[in-house]
Amino acid sequence: MTDEELAISVSGLRKSYRDNQAVAGVDLAVRRGEVFALLGPNGAGKTTTVEILEGFRQRDGGDVSVLGVDPAKAGADWRKRIGIVLQGTGEFDELKVGEVVRHFARFYPNASDPAEVIERVGLSDKANSRTHTLSGGQKRRLDVALGIVNRPELLFLDEPTTGFDPAARREFWDLIRQLSHQGTTILLTTHYLDEAEALADRVGVINRGAMVAVSTPAELGGRHQATARVGWREDGQARFEQTDHPTDAVRRLSERFGGEVPELTVTRPTLEDIYLEMLGEKEEQQ
Amino acid sequence: MSDSGLSLALAQGGIEFKQFVRTRESLVFTLLFPVMLMLIFGSIFSDVIITPPGVSPAVTLSQYFVTGMIASGIMSTGFQNLAITIPIERDRGVLKRYRSTPMPKWIYFAGKILNVAVLALLSIVLLLAVAVAFYDITLPDTGQKWFTFAWVSVLGLTACTLCGIAFSGVAKSGRSGPAVVTPIALILQFTSGVFFEYSDLPPWMQQFAALFPLKWMCQGLRSVFLPADFAAQEVGGSYELGKVALVLGAWCVGGLVLCLLGFRWTTRRDG
Repeated sequence: MTDEELAISVSGLRKSYRDNQAVAGVDLAVRRGEVFALLGPNGAGKTTTVEILEGFRQRDGGDVSVLGVDPAKAGADWRKRIGIVLQGTGEFDELKVGEVVRHFARFYPNASDPAEVIERVGLSDKANSRTHTLSGGQKRRLDVALGIVNRPELLFLDEPTTGFDPAARREFWDLIRQLSHQGTTILLTTHYLDEAEALADRVGVINRGAMVAVSTPAELGGRHQATARVGWREDGQARFEQTDHPTDAVRRLSERFGGEVPELTVTRPTLEDIYLEMLGEKEEQQ
Repeated sequence: MSDSGLSLALAQGGIEFKQFVRTRESLVFTLLFPVMLMLIFGSIFSDVIITPPGVSPAVTLSQYFVTGMIASGIMSTGFQNLAITIPIERDRGVLKRYRSTPMPKWIYFAGKILNVAVLALLSIVLLLAVAVAFYDITLPDTGQKWFTFAWVSVLGLTACTLCGIAFSGVAKSGRSGPAVVTPIALILQFTSGVFFEYSDLPPWMQQFAALFPLKWMCQGLRSVFLPADFAAQEVGGSYELGKVALVLGAWCVGGLVLCLLGFRWTTRRDG
């Protein structure tokens, strides 16, 4: 893959804080136009990695290229091309939504019309509200508005939906999908496995400062090949069978029960199951 | 279209000012609190004559005090205001967010400085109005005095602003800001000749206060608002305007160096 096709290219990234090796040789390649989710437990090195990519933090070693530029040496021209939605909510207290977006638009030569950006993130009816009156989800939308006001080629989203109610998360996901459809490359970090599954083309799992797996959500950790679990109720007891041929198993059960199988379920491991298993194995190896 | 540096700086100053005047706490603390203090202490001190018996014109302690309060008002808008609000903004990620844009760093400081300049002007006008209305302070009657008033204020404000920005790096979190900054301001006010007559203080206290800008700002403003003869009551026997300029200038330079060395855009927690 050539450099032009990669929005982010990282190899052998290392970073220590005193004795603590936070990032120990991370490799990462994110294609242009892709939505890539970084997963990992707290303290795994996710945020450090992302902050190095965002140019907020200096690395100890390794090669990093973001939109063809080393973030450690990047200047204002590079910042014009990226958008960042930081972890946690930015607070602008007594300023109005419209004032904040208009102000940030001034920093960019190619900024979108602020009113249009506010519309896109669904805050039009809040444009004249002071930011401290917004709900958590609305504040996060404002963060995204500031992240996309410059029409970025690459958008960083650091735990964007923490603290959202389920409906707000769905709406937020739609917004991210729209951005992706318009060609924005997105690097997302999240704690929510369903979020990664809903949004990401590929996911990478970071644990103890290293990338332990990179794959599509459907194939992570051999999930698509994992055995299925067929469950049902018989003689008042919950029963299950682990099988590579669940259809067959259901057919046999159906014949045995003469039609409906009581409380029939067929499940494969969720992304969360695979993820937890992956982190668990890692710990056992230590 | 991206704006030019100058209009961006003005816009940043505008945003800062809007933010400030809409925040009731900062408005009260920075602008109204000094006025309240002036009214309270001014009333208490109004009968206390601090010139030796028979010396005319007589100067009251409240007249002495109001010049000190104007200096304190300047310190409050520059030093306390910035040393307290910048750590809060840093905690809230506002600074980091600015750093994630192509905005040149100096625009942020320019916005703060513009805001501080406007607030200091408001504070001075407000305090001066009260002083003239209630405490027999007269506005400067010569160009020379206006000039002294201007340079003492500008130099003092510059020193305090730079120290405020530099000091913002000391507070570990936004919450600890006021607890660290307020005692410093109070100690300086007590030792620099705001609440008490400087010449009455113990020498060690005088020497301590003489290391910091507030004492010299007070002294410079006394030369503007108190009679020329009152200079004989000063510790040095004169208003020492040359020394005032020298010390405040030195604090401007020192403050700038500390700003450049110690300013942080991110919290320590961030690394």
